[in-house]
Amino acid sequence: MELLTQYGTLFLVLACLFGFFMAWGVGANDVSNAMGTSVGSKAITIKQAILIAMVFEFLGAYLAGGEVTSTIRDGIIDPSALEDNPQYMVYGMLSALLAAGIWLLVASMKGWPVSTTHSIVGAIVGFGAVGIGVDAVNWGKIGQIAMSWIASPLLAGTISFALFASVQSLILTREDPFARAKRYIPYYMFAVGFLITCVTLIKGLKHVFAASHISLNGFEIVLYSSLVGLVVAVFGALLLRRIEPDAAAERDNRFHSVERVFAVLMVFTACSMAFAHGSNDVANAIGPLAAIVGVLDTGTIAAKSKVPDWILLLGGIGIVVGLATYGYKVMATVGRKITELTPSRGFAAELGAASTVVLASAGGIPVSTTHTLVGAVLGVGLARGIAAINLRVVGGIFMSWLITLPAGAILAIVFFLIFKGVFG
Amino acid sequence: MKNPVSDLFGKSPIKPLQEHMSIATGCTELLAGFLGHAYQGDWHAAGESYNQIRELEHQADQLKRDFRLNMPNSLFMPVPRTDLLDLIAMQDEVANIARDIAGIMLGRKMAVPAPLQEDFSEFLASAVAVTRQAQTAINELDELLESGFKGREIDIVFAMIRQLDTLEMAADGCEREIRHKLQALETSLPPLDAMFLYKIIDNIGELANTSQRVGSRLLLLLAR
Repeated sequence: MELLTQYGTLFLVLACLFGFFMAWGVGANDVSNAMGTSVGSKAITIKQAILIAMVFEFLGAYLAGGEVTSTIRDGIIDPSALEDNPQYMVYGMLSALLAAGIWLLVASMKGWPVSTTHSIVGAIVGFGAVGIGVDAVNWGKIGQIAMSWIASPLLAGTISFALFASVQSLILTREDPFARAKRYIPYYMFAVGFLITCVTLIKGLKHVFAASHISLNGFEIVLYSSLVGLVVAVFGALLLRRIEPDAAAERDNRFHSVERVFAVLMVFTACSMAFAHGSNDVANAIGPLAAIVGVLDTGTIAAKSKVPDWILLLGGIGIVVGLATYGYKVMATVGRKITELTPSRGFAAELGAASTVVLASAGGIPVSTTHTLVGAVLGVGLARGIAAINLRVVGGIFMSWLITLPAGAILAIVFFLIFKGVFG
Repeated sequence: MKNPVSDLFGKSPIKPLQEHMSIATGCTELLAGFLGHAYQGDWHAAGESYNQIRELEHQADQLKRDFRLNMPNSLFMPVPRTDLLDLIAMQDEVANIARDIAGIMLGRKMAVPAPLQEDFSEFLASAVAVTRQAQTAINELDELLESGFKGREIDIVFAMIRQLDTLEMAADGCEREIRHKLQALETSLPPLDAMFLYKIIDNIGELANTSQRVGSRLLLLLAR
């Protein structure tokens, strides 16, 4: 282990740099996909979207990002296969970060709809299977993750379909939809508050609670989540009271005032989307970093321990910096192009995607937020909610799956072999 | 830059469809002014009126072409693509008929016999009323989409289509009346002039008919 002590600082600095760069990339590119629907439906301005994203991406990453980070860190590669050569874990994770970063750079220049999650998972599997040995990869977990990539868009689509169908039958197809919107929307707000609190309490704050010897049972979790949901709903209802029907604008479109009510709801779902995204996608950047830090700290492949707080913090900050330096431009572009989405549809799509992603985060499964959101939008479309959906994009996403996994893997293998050649 | 989320949203076909209908209705609305100039034998002013109509009809054609080009098979829409294409073809027919009416009258410098003029204007107005009502129904398309083509909004459109049918029947009544009056006069008119007057009456009736069919096509689109 002289090697690790000799070059330990170098590896740590490299890992932090690469990890931060990945987090920056997630903030610069991915967040705008997650938030674009809010901006496009004109429920919130770009400035508000960025503010929401900064706060809730960070909260999501810090409070609920631990589980997925653990999966990326030591769920894909079997640590026991590396007991004799812990430095391979360091090379491998560095290679994975480099490979995924470069692949994402190429893909976004070419305009391919690739996913950060798929790139990093592909890269880790690549160096694990070829660099170390096929047995080093936890294929059971990989199977589960691959299944989730198909299941997550389907689940998000189903939830969005149900949400939008409920909005149709409760509000949009009824007499006086404006009054009904004001009456029913607080329930959706409750759901947003409940969901996020629930996931945070179950998974996110586990280590905080453990440190201060608090343990919550199922009933208490439901109780506290309901309380937060109630607070959110009451707060939302107060906001809704300020909205007056606009008779002049209704002559042009009878649902104009109704949509303004939904726009308020969409602020809440935008928060949940940012939270969900932060909780799932921060792991792509800092999972490998956490693995490297684990090895360097102990000199061995650490048994499962909690992800250090400072790493989650670093990831959260990276995302926010990416958003502030470049992401706002992408968000403006995305928002400008989505002109046909009304808040009542946008909320259904966002909440469907956010709840799916948050559930996956709680289960420690890395999914693609962008692909989940695409599934959610298709769900709203199936409920006859969207004027025109370009199905070619769906084909493009399938293609990007097929290309990203081997591309990430091959790049990672090349880097891994280089590291191995240089440092031994 | 391409982006999977923003690229997912295609351009809505509804706005262009409504815009097209508004232009087609504009064509028919110009006919009353044209007829006024024709009654007075002011063919210069009538010519200008005709040019306006032709200009609008041209715009409608352009919109129709763009609409068709923006309708790839890969678009997933809440209504069948063929229904929308049928609808715009029918709307375009309304603009075409309006242009033809003005075109034939201007080309032959047709004089409408003084005793018929009032009925003639009334008949035209009744046909334009049908077109306007069809436009009103088409304008509900975005609200229909908003409510997922269900519920209260459907009832509103059904009521509009019933009104459309009533207006078309009224136009039919006007047509019968003016045919009777023309028949009483026809022997006193040069035979070819009489023939072309019948032709114009046919066309105005066709205007009302086609407008009504726009409404029925919309209904078919809802009755899935």
